Amino acid sequence: MIRLVRRAAPSRAMLWGSPLMAVGLTFALGAAIFAAMGLPPFSAFHALFVSPLSDLNGIAELLLKASPLCLIALGLAVGFRSNVWNIGAEGQMYIGAVFATGLAIHFQTRWGGWMLPAMVCAGIAGGLAWAAIVAALRAHLHASEILVSLMLTYVAALIVKYLVFGPWQDPAANNFPFTVSFEDNALFGSLVEGTRLNTSVLLTVAAIPLTWVFMKLSFTGFQLRVAGDAPAAARYAGHSEKRAIWIALLASGGAAGLAGVTEVAGPIGQLNDRWTPGYGFTAIIVAALGRLHPAGIAIAALLMALLYIGGETAQVALQLPRAISYVFQGLLLMALLACEVLVRFRLQWTASTRSSQAA
Amino acid sequence: MQTTATPLLRLTGVVKRYPTVTALDGVQLAVAEGEIHAVLGENGAGKSTLMKTIYGVVQPDAGAIEWRGAPVSIPDPVAARGLGIAMVFQHFALFESLTVAENIALGLPGRLDLAELGARIVEVSGRYGLPVNPWRAVHELSVGERQRAEIVRCLLQSPRLLIMDEPTSVLTPQAVGQLFDTLRALAREGTAILYVSHKLDEIRRLCDRATVLRGGRNAGEVDPRAESEADLAELMIGRSFPKTQKRAQARGAPGLEVAGLSLPPNGPFGVALHSVVLRVHSGEILGIAGISGNGQAEFLSAVSGERRVSPNEIYLGETPVGHLDAGARRSLGLAYVPEERLGRGAAPDMSLAENALLTASRKGMVRAGLIDWPAAEAYAARCIREFDVRAGGPRAAARSLSGGNLQKFIVGREITQQPRVMLLAQPTWGVDVAATALIRQRILDLAAAGVAVLVVSEDLGEILEVCDRVAVMAGGRLSPVREVGETHAAEIGAWMAGGFPQ
Repeated sequence: MIRLVRRAAPSRAMLWGSPLMAVGLTFALGAAIFAAMGLPPFSAFHALFVSPLSDLNGIAELLLKASPLCLIALGLAVGFRSNVWNIGAEGQMYIGAVFATGLAIHFQTRWGGWMLPAMVCAGIAGGLAWAAIVAALRAHLHASEILVSLMLTYVAALIVKYLVFGPWQDPAANNFPFTVSFEDNALFGSLVEGTRLNTSVLLTVAAIPLTWVFMKLSFTGFQLRVAGDAPAAARYAGHSEKRAIWIALLASGGAAGLAGVTEVAGPIGQLNDRWTPGYGFTAIIVAALGRLHPAGIAIAALLMALLYIGGETAQVALQLPRAISYVFQGLLLMALLACEVLVRFRLQWTASTRSSQAA
Repeated sequence: MQTTATPLLRLTGVVKRYPTVTALDGVQLAVAEGEIHAVLGENGAGKSTLMKTIYGVVQPDAGAIEWRGAPVSIPDPVAARGLGIAMVFQHFALFESLTVAENIALGLPGRLDLAELGARIVEVSGRYGLPVNPWRAVHELSVGERQRAEIVRCLLQSPRLLIMDEPTSVLTPQAVGQLFDTLRALAREGTAILYVSHKLDEIRRLCDRATVLRGGRNAGEVDPRAESEADLAELMIGRSFPKTQKRAQARGAPGLEVAGLSLPPNGPFGVALHSVVLRVHSGEILGIAGISGNGQAEFLSAVSGERRVSPNEIYLGETPVGHLDAGARRSLGLAYVPEERLGRGAAPDMSLAENALLTASRKGMVRAGLIDWPAAEAYAARCIREFDVRAGGPRAAARSLSGGNLQKFIVGREITQQPRVMLLAQPTWGVDVAATALIRQRILDLAAAGVAVLVVSEDLGEILEVCDRVAVMAGGRLSPVREVGETHAAEIGAWMAGGFPQ
C-alpha cells in the first residue's frame, strides 16, 4: 500500500525533481496515447520532439516561439510569487499588440528609427493599462483578480476583432480581418539570416537575469515573496498589501504587453484576429513548470515551444490532429499538479498489516 | 516505577533519530490508570517527540510500547485514538475556515448530526469549565479559545489516556483551578493524564509523578510534590538557572500613549474596544493581563499599525501616529513581537536572514532598493548569538526552529533594532523555562535602557514578574492601572472576569 506522509520541511530535491518527474510522466502517458492510436510511440516522439530541431530553421522557430512564452511567464511568476493570480496575460498581450499596431499603421514610415522603440513602449503601456484595471478592482474593491483578468481577456479579444474587422482593416484585404502589413521600421530586424528569428529575442534574454535580480536582490521583490508566503507576516512587517497587488499585476501586464509587440512587430508583421496560439495561457503552465524561477522558466518555455512546433510537424508527418500539442500541454499541467504533492509529502510503501489495533 | 499493577502504557528504550539530531535516546515512561503524570523538560529535550510517538504521529526507530501489558505499535493517530489515546497539541490542528463544531466532527468517526454535536460540546464544555461556542469559526478565535476547543474535542472521545501539551498557559488563575479540578475528576474516573508543562508550581500542585527528560534521555523520575521548584528546574536543565533581575528605573517621558481608542471588532466574532486610555513611560514596563478574545487582538492591531485609526488616538512620543501604517510606525521607533510566531512574526519557509530583513530592513540592509544580503545574514547571526538561539545558522528556515528558539530569535530581532517603544504579545507562550528566563530578562534590560515597554499577556505570573504597572483588558475595556506592588493575583483574577470599576 502506498501512503502519503507529510515531510517535516518541503523537500529541496523535489522542488526541482517534481517538474522533471512531471515531464517524464507526460511522456509516458503520451506514449500510451500514441500506442492506443496505433502509432509506434518512438516515431511519434521523433516527429514531435526531435525532427523539429534537425535544422537551423527549426531551432530558430523554437526560439521564436519560446521567447514570448518566456517573457510572459517571467512576469506572471512575479505575481504568482506574491499570490496574485493573473490568468489574463493573454488579454494584456492583445492590448499591448493593439497599442503598438496603432502607432505602426497610423504613423507608418514617418517616425523612422523611433518607431520600434515607441511601439515597445506603447505595447508595455497597453499591457500595463489592461492589468491596471484588474489591479484597481482587486486592491480597492477586493474583486477576484482571477475572474476579472480572465474575463478581460475576452473583452480584449473582441476589441482586436472589432479593430481588424472595422476601422483598422486593410482596404486591400478583400474583407479579410487583418491590418496593413507593417513598414520595415516597425519590425524587429532579423537576428539569424534566412530564419524568422529576430532581435526581440534579445529582450527576453535580458529579461531573464533582470527578473532574477528583481526577485532575489530587490527589497520590493522580497516584499512580494513575503506577501505570497506569509500574508500575515507581510501585514505585521508593514508591507503594503495594495502596493504588492499593483506591482504583481503591472509586472505581468507589462511583460505580456511587450510579448504582444514582439509578435506583431516580429513574425506576424500585422495585426489579425488569430495571431496567437494562446501564449498568454500557455505561459501559466510555463511559469508553474519552471517553479517560478527565471532559469526554470527559460527551460520550460523551450519545452513548451517544442510542443507547439512538434505539433505542427506531427501534423504533416503523421497526419496527427493539431490538437496533439494541446493534449500534451494538458497532460503536462495535470502531471505537474500531481507531482507537486511530492514537495511537501513523501510516498511510503507500507505492508498492509494493521495488527496494532488488534492489541 | 509502578510496581503494584501493570501500567496502562509503558515505553521502554524508545529511540528516535532525525538526520541531524537524536531526539529520543532510549527513553522510558510508564503511566498507570488514574495517574496524572508530568513530563518535564526544556525545549529540545524530546517531550514533544515522545508525545508524538505515543500518539502515532512519529514512528520510533527502536524501543517497545506496551498498552495494558501487551506490545503494540501505533502507526498513526487513528490507531492511537482506537486505543483510547487523545492529545491536545501545543500547535493546534484546527481548520481555520470551519466552525468549532465542524472541526470536532472531523476528528470523530462516522457521520454526525452537527446540531446534536453542538449540544454535546456545550454540555461537555460546561461540565469541565471550558467555555466554547461551537458555532464560531476557528479563525475568529484567540489562542486561548482554540485551546479550549482542542481540549473539548479530546474530552468528547472519552479517552483512557489524555495527553496535554502546555495546557494552562492561556487560562486565568481561576480557570486553571477549574481545569485542575476537571483533570482530577477525570483521573478519579480512571483516565491517565500525561501533562507536559514547564510550570513547575502547577506540576507540583497537580501531578502524582513526573518524568524528567534532558537531551532526549531520562534525567529522573520523581514525586514532584516532594521536590522543590529549584530542584525540579535543576534536574530539567542540568544546572541551576538565574532568576530574573529587576532593576529600579526612573519613569521618563511618555513613550506610547493610547488616548481614548475605540474600535469596532476585527471580525464578526471580535470584540469592540471602548475608549481605551493608556500611557507607557520610557523606562517602565506596563502589563495588560486578561484572557485572549477580550479585545487584545483589536488593541494590538491598532497599536502596531496593522489596523489604522484616527491620528489622535495613538501617540508615539509626541507624534500622533494612529493614521500611520505598521511600517511608518516602525520608522518612528516602534517594535513589536506578535503572539503568533510562525506565519506572522516570521515567514515559515523563509530563512532567518530573510526574516531578519522582514522587520529590520531599516537597519542598513537595503541600499538603493537592493538587499544587502551579507548585512541581513550578519544581523540574523547576531540575534542567534546574543539571544542564544539554537538554529542551523542564518540560512536555516524559520520553520525548522523550535517554538522557544524562534521566539528568542523574534524577540532578539525586535530588541536589536533599538526601539523607543516595544510592544510584546504573549512573549513566552509555550516557551521553555530557560528561554522564558532569558526573554524576561531581556525585557527588563530593555526597560532599564529607557525603552517604553508594553506587555500583553495571558500569563499572570509573567505580568507580575516583569511589569511595573498592570491593567486588565476584559470585554474590550481596560481596567484602572495599578502598581504591581499594590495589587495581587486575586484582584487581577476578578478583574479578568470583567469585575473592575469603570
